This record gives sequence, structure tokens and C-alpha cells, in this order.
Amino acid sequence: MITQSKVLSARFGKPDSCALSGYREDGGYVTYLDTLKTGQPDELVATVKESGLKGRGGAGFSTGMKWSFVPKGTDKPIYLCVNGDESEPGTFKDRQIIEHDPHQLLEGVGITCFAIKSHTAYIYLRCEFAEGIRKVQAAIDEAYAAGLFGKNIDGSGFDLDVYVATGAGAYICGEETSLLNSIEGIRPYPRNKPPFPAVEGLFGCPTIINNIETIANIPHIVKNGAAWHAGLGSKDDPGTRLWCVSGHVNKPGVFEIETGFSLQELIDGPCGGVRDGKLLKAVIPGGSSSRVLTVDEVARTNMDATSMREIGSSLGSAGIIVLDETTDMVDAVLNLMKFYAHESCGQCTPCREGTPWVVKVLERIMSGSGRTEDLALLVDIADNMEGRTVCALADGACWPLVSIVEKFRHEFEAKIGAPVGAGS
Amino acid sequence: MFSEQVIAELETLRSHYPKPIAAMVPVLHIVQREQGWCSPEAQAWVAEFLSVTPLDVNEVVTFYPMLYDKQQGRHIIHVCRTLSCDACGSKDLWKHLSGKLGVDRNGTTEDGKFTLRSAECLASCGTAPVLLLDGERHENLSNDDVDRLLESAS
Repeated sequence: MITQSKVLSARFGKPDSCALSGYREDGGYVTYLDTLKTGQPDELVATVKESGLKGRGGAGFSTGMKWSFVPKGTDKPIYLCVNGDESEPGTFKDRQIIEHDPHQLLEGVGITCFAIKSHTAYIYLRCEFAEGIRKVQAAIDEAYAAGLFGKNIDGSGFDLDVYVATGAGAYICGEETSLLNSIEGIRPYPRNKPPFPAVEGLFGCPTIINNIETIANIPHIVKNGAAWHAGLGSKDDPGTRLWCVSGHVNKPGVFEIETGFSLQELIDGPCGGVRDGKLLKAVIPGGSSSRVLTVDEVARTNMDATSMREIGSSLGSAGIIVLDETTDMVDAVLNLMKFYAHESCGQCTPCREGTPWVVKVLERIMSGSGRTEDLALLVDIADNMEGRTVCALADGACWPLVSIVEKFRHEFEAKIGAPVGAGS
Repeated sequence: MFSEQVIAELETLRSHYPKPIAAMVPVLHIVQREQGWCSPEAQAWVAEFLSVTPLDVNEVVTFYPMLYDKQQGRHIIHVCRTLSCDACGSKDLWKHLSGKLGVDRNGTTEDGKFTLRSAECLASCGTAPVLLLDGERHENLSNDDVDRLLESAS
């Protein structure tokens, strides 16, 4: 039985949920102003570390740990960049936060900046979020007018400026170092790491980049304590998450649930089952870059980091794409590979050349001209992309590709016309 | 090239960053809002405004799918084609739109009114299929909805 939570989504759907007045009536910004008065940056970083919060953008790195990498005593400005590029296929959760409760995000930005000793934050939003950009900007304007941002906030001596920065339709800008180059106004190719952004990020200065949902969690953790958050859901990956369900279900949408629930129960319960009474075929559990799950795997897996690791996939960005028995898996993976080929930034040869090559081979199979060696070729191209590039975009293409070829091999073979000996 | 009001808006954007070049993408968005595309003249103007070379501007314009170095129709339609939308009928939606407008991908209608483009995931997967009309999102679309949208665009 799935129990839905109301932490991040508590104010979604309230009338005028974006207005400062309503947010403050619901107790908003109290934690932030208390923090400015009595908080200690080191203690805040420790609290977030102890809370077990992991980044909600997809990589799942400990947020408090990331914060602790900012060099102590640096004389450079420290920046916070909030990643709202949300472009991973199947993911639409950050958009809910900015369109339904932008002040929750801004309070998180304020507390985070105090904790990492930053006085400038950029909230990077993809330009396709026209409504979200308007709402975040309006909320920032309200916050400035109310003295929540700006100079010497509430007499605390703490200064903070918060700006919206915008993308222009490129998935790669969700990669944190590409995002930095996008904000800097140059071609947004990902950077090599090290140096890590916490040491050398935006404009060469220490920078923390956190996802919108990650930052929205911060006021709740600081208000309720690390132990409260650590006790929600699964032990190794605690908290609630905004799970996005799309594809062939009767009731798609965003569901806030503590980690550790049964994926099958989510589909059968809150999502109202597979659309039109059809049978389930496959689920992509954590955004398009995660490895696909079969019906059997869905039935026996829980949505937490350990269970997902055991089954060879990941929670990623919590974008759950449900595919029913009518889905042509070759066509489905072709759709995804066109995405990666289009979004490859072109910096690294294996990704720039490999992703369109995969598309060509899949198109050949779809058109009925597939060759017996094509499945081995797809796996070989993936082997030559994965782990050989500056960023993880190519890896993100390889994982769904290889897992779909392996788990739905018969569908490829049927199109090629004869069983083929492919693989390693 | 731009009104005083627009230039004031651009100057505010530029003041948000320690280096003028960092205002590049937000400035180019305003340029497009005003002129519909990033013409060579506009790119040269932006280069001067941000104290960079025209090539610096062009490198950015040509990178991003939503910055245009060619003139577009008066209204731009972006239809999401990625998996969740595809699973919910975006191919049919595309066929309908493409047929109705008589243009293919990236094509502009003869009267210059509409440019039809596809987009990768628009983060509206739970309300598929979706499109943007002049940057505004429209969800759960039927062919009839699309027809009404086209009529609503002046």
C-alpha cells in the first residue's frame, strides 16, 4: 500500500500558492530568518550531511558532503547555482516546485547560501519553462521587496543576491559544468573534472550546484532536523521524492512518496494501473538514462538506491516511464537514441560520432534492412562510448540502449528476420 | 537597434554578472523577443554590448536549438517528440500539424505565419502530448485542440 507524503508538495494546488503572503502564513521564511540570526554555517552543513539527503538531479551524491568541499577560508566569492534545466526525458518534478511553490525554493536558496557562505545565487531555468521563469522571477521580486534578499537581510549583516539565468533548449546544460559555461556565456561544453566546481566553478570561483528539488528540501531539513529526514523512507537514501510517472498508465503525474516503496504498487495504485487494461511490458525507472526493467523486475523491486543497484538500474531523476505490451521496444529505444544524438554537444568524438551511428543502425533495423551483425554492432558502439567522454551523456545513452537490446533481444531479432549471435 | 526601454532591460541583465559576456543567453532571448531571430546585425550589436567578438556571439547562437540564426515564422510551434509524448500519440499530432500547415520539420508556412519545429523532452511527460506555441506550453492535446490553437494565433 502506497502512502503519499506532503512535504515538498504540501502547498501544491493551494489557491495562490506562489504568493509570498500565503507562503508566510504557512510558516514560510521563519526557518530562513532564524538561520540568519542564530545559524552556524558549519552546523548547517553537518545537519544536511547527517540528514542523508542525496542530490535529486540524478547522480545522487550526498548534498552535505558536496557543500563541505568548498575550500575553507577562500578569499574568492562563492556561488550557488540551482540546476533547473530539467531535461531528462520522463522527468517533470522541478517544474512542479517552481510553478506551484517558488518561495519554498527561494527559502532553500537563502539557507543554502548562508550555509556555504555564498552571497550570489543563480537559478538556472530552461527557457521552455516560460511560466516557471515568470513565477520564480515574481517570487524573487517579492522577496527583495520584503527585505528577504538584498543587503543586510533582517539586520543580520548577511547579503544575498538571487538571479534567474536561462538556457536555450540544450539538455547538456543540465550537466553541472556545462551549466557553468552556459551561465558564463560561452559554448556550454562540459568541463573536465578535477577541478571540481566546489573548488573552481563559476568564473573560476568555488561553486555549489544543486538541483531544484534538492534545494527545496533544505528548509524542511533545517526546520525538522537531520534525524527527521534520515528517518523518512529507506535508510541508505532517505527522504521523500517527487516521482514522475508518464507513459502508459491511467493516471500519470507527480507523486510525493518516501523512498523504498514497491514500483509495482505505485503503478497499480496511485497511477491507476496500465492504460486501457493492457499488460505491462517495461519500465524505465529513473529518467531515460537509467537501465530498463522488465515486468518481472518491476514486480520485485523497491524504489530505493540499494534495491535499484541490486537490479542493475538507478533511481536517477525519478522519471518513471511505463510502457505497455503494445510498445515496439526497437522503436522506443530509437526514440531515445535520437534524443541523445540530438543532445550530444559534439565535444567528445565517441559521443558525437557514436550516438548518431546508433540511430542509423536502429533505423536500419526498423526499416527491415537490419543485418545479423547489427546487435553486436550496437553493443560494440556502446562499449566504445561508455566511460570515454568528458561527461556522462554518452553513458546515459548506453545504459538504456544496451539494457533494451539485452532484455528485449527477441524484438530486434524478429525485425532482423533471423536469430543472430550478438553481444560480447 | 533597440528602444531605450529594451536597452535598460538588457543593461539590468548585464549587471547581474561579474563579466558582461555572462549575460549572453538572457540577452539573446530578449533580442529574439524583439526581432524574432538573432540576425547577423543583432549578433554584431550584442557583441559590442557585451564587449566580445561577433564570433563569440555566433558560437553561442549556433549551439542552442532555441536560438535562431535564421528568420522564423511569426509563430513558432515546438512539438515534443521524446518517448513519453511518443507513447501518448505525438507522432499522430505531428502528422496532423505538418499536414495542416503543409510544412515539414523546421519548415515555415508560405505566408510566414508558422514555423514547425520538434523539441526534445519539454518536462511535461505526465500531460503528453505537449507542444509550445510561442514558448507557452499546451498539454494533453487532441487534434481538435491543436486546430483551435492555430486559430487563436493571430
